[in-house]
Amino acid sequence: MSRSILFLAHVAEDGNTLPKVSYEVLGAALKLTKQLGARLTIGLIGEDVTAAAETVAAAGADRMLAVAGPDFATARYASDAAAAEALCRAAGAELILAPATSRFMRVLPGVAHRLKGCVDTHVTALEANTIDGELHATRWHYRQRIEAVIRRDARPWIVLLESGCEAAWADTERTGAPAAAKVEEIPVTLPKAATRTVVSGIRAPKSDAQTIRPDANLLLVAGAGWTKKQADGKTHVDQAETLILDFLRASGASLGGSKSLVDQSGDQSGESQAVLGFMTHLNQVGQTGATPRHPKGLSTCCHGEEPHVVGWRFINERRAVNLDPNCGWARGKADVLYVADAFEVMAKLNALLGQRSRTSPEEPMMKATVNPL
Amino acid sequence: MTDGYHIVVCGSVVPDPLQTLEPIETPTGPALKNEMMLPAVLDPWAAHALYEAANLASKVTGSKVWLVSVGPKAKLQQVMMTIAQRVSFELVPVDSSASGFADAHSTAALLAETIQSIAGLDRSRLLVFGGWESASRGAGATMQLVGERLEILDQFQGVDQLSVQADGSFEVLERIEAGRHQVSVCQGPPALFGWATGNLPEPRNNPQVGMANMRTVMPALQRAKSEPLPAGGLHFLSATPPKQQRQTRVVKDLSPEQIAQEIAEWIGK
Repeated sequence: MSRSILFLAHVAEDGNTLPKVSYEVLGAALKLTKQLGARLTIGLIGEDVTAAAETVAAAGADRMLAVAGPDFATARYASDAAAAEALCRAAGAELILAPATSRFMRVLPGVAHRLKGCVDTHVTALEANTIDGELHATRWHYRQRIEAVIRRDARPWIVLLESGCEAAWADTERTGAPAAAKVEEIPVTLPKAATRTVVSGIRAPKSDAQTIRPDANLLLVAGAGWTKKQADGKTHVDQAETLILDFLRASGASLGGSKSLVDQSGDQSGESQAVLGFMTHLNQVGQTGATPRHPKGLSTCCHGEEPHVVGWRFINERRAVNLDPNCGWARGKADVLYVADAFEVMAKLNALLGQRSRTSPEEPMMKATVNPL
Repeated sequence: MTDGYHIVVCGSVVPDPLQTLEPIETPTGPALKNEMMLPAVLDPWAAHALYEAANLASKVTGSKVWLVSVGPKAKLQQVMMTIAQRVSFELVPVDSSASGFADAHSTAALLAETIQSIAGLDRSRLLVFGGWESASRGAGATMQLVGERLEILDQFQGVDQLSVQADGSFEVLERIEAGRHQVSVCQGPPALFGWATGNLPEPRNNPQVGMANMRTVMPALQRAKSEPLPAGGLHFLSATPPKQQRQTRVVKDLSPEQIAQEIAEWIGK
């Protein structure tokens, strides 16, 4: 039974808040704290945690700890590991909950080893048994194809929770300025060996447009059908590019691609193969790609059976446009399957979205935001 | 500059992604039905790591690549028949479980112990490569645990590019949120890299490379020690495939205009 819980987070890139998923994890931590009658500690990492600490000051944690300073501004393994280890030791918690951001996914498994504890990542649910308080975590194996419920003997247990699995905690009681947070700073001095790596910046993918938007309400999945020969016996890749990019702009959707389509873009075999210029491996969803979480998903020209379909397993509402009414990508997997030519449908859809944005420019069809980190 | 890198790639076998996977209960926990019958492939991300390792080794004279692979000997042998034809490496096999239900901590301990036992491995030239996740356990934790056991403080995950600079340092591109990369510069070995997709195409089969590799691969497989993988305090309460089957409404009789109208209303809700 866990009687002490540490909610661990790092400051977002803007320096003033925590990453959005952190507030969801805080919601989960508060729920478990209440269920288990546990003590909650908040641990923060960043160059300056003052503003971010204020955003969670009203959460009611027993303690708020921080490791702060210029050494902890960027996501570097050695410094983040030292900071997280120090916070975990200071908190003395049996259960450590953290958001599954790239920064923490990189570092917290190593911290678990230092603490002689254990770690589980990509956890989608964490529940306490109502009888004995035993903690059960749910996570997927074999790339979202088998769902398992596990428990661990070892403590501390570090659990990295995925986004979109819990309601975000919000300071709903507050009416005025944010509460001042009482933060205990934990001093951490890095050895020289921990500074051999320097983070020099962030680089956007080679792409004409930003096509990956983790916080978008809609995921557009483009399949290899976009680059295949159409009814006239010719490929229309330029038209496909225009239709897809226009749709992304008008809808604020994020773009995912099937492996077959993404592989075409990276194919260096020298064979002439028409490709979508903006599609990279970063867009890939599915068995060997990402499994993004968006409220809605629209797949176009996608084909394939179970292994490929995992790309939109965590999409709540799904619709597909496909010429094959029996396609395994859509049958039994989508809520609605439109048997139609995606080129024609997307052209009409873009025209409609454009028309609507012109008539009500202040109210775009879908508000797109980009997760800061 | 360096005398060459000692690149150790960690990577094992996973069921061919196109296979149907069905979990079953065994006395030691969940497993896949007919697991030993399922065709296997080298884990996709570990394969990228191996190709990147071979590419780097080909550019830096004096470098050598080892592939440390924990998996059932028969499966490793099957997969090596293909992989050994693509790039040059020395196989260091361990006959043990490659199950996706195995504990990452136990697997990492076995990998680290095996790496430490490689004769002639020079830590000052050591680069540990692997996939940032596997297509079986998908933990994204094993490589970091290996790195900690090897006391490597410079670790990178979701790596898509590693460039050696003129002064011997590395520029590393790691995947972060929103389709971007974090750029870091690391002074040099020892370092650990959990690879994402990288930038290299799959190498073509080269029978000469295959013949050279197989001279060492087969004896190594014969010598592979059998190691049990402890559960490490991990207990499975259930393991089930997703059962949710949606009642798909198939719309065949609407014009593109009508479909567009319906989709526009749906995404605007």
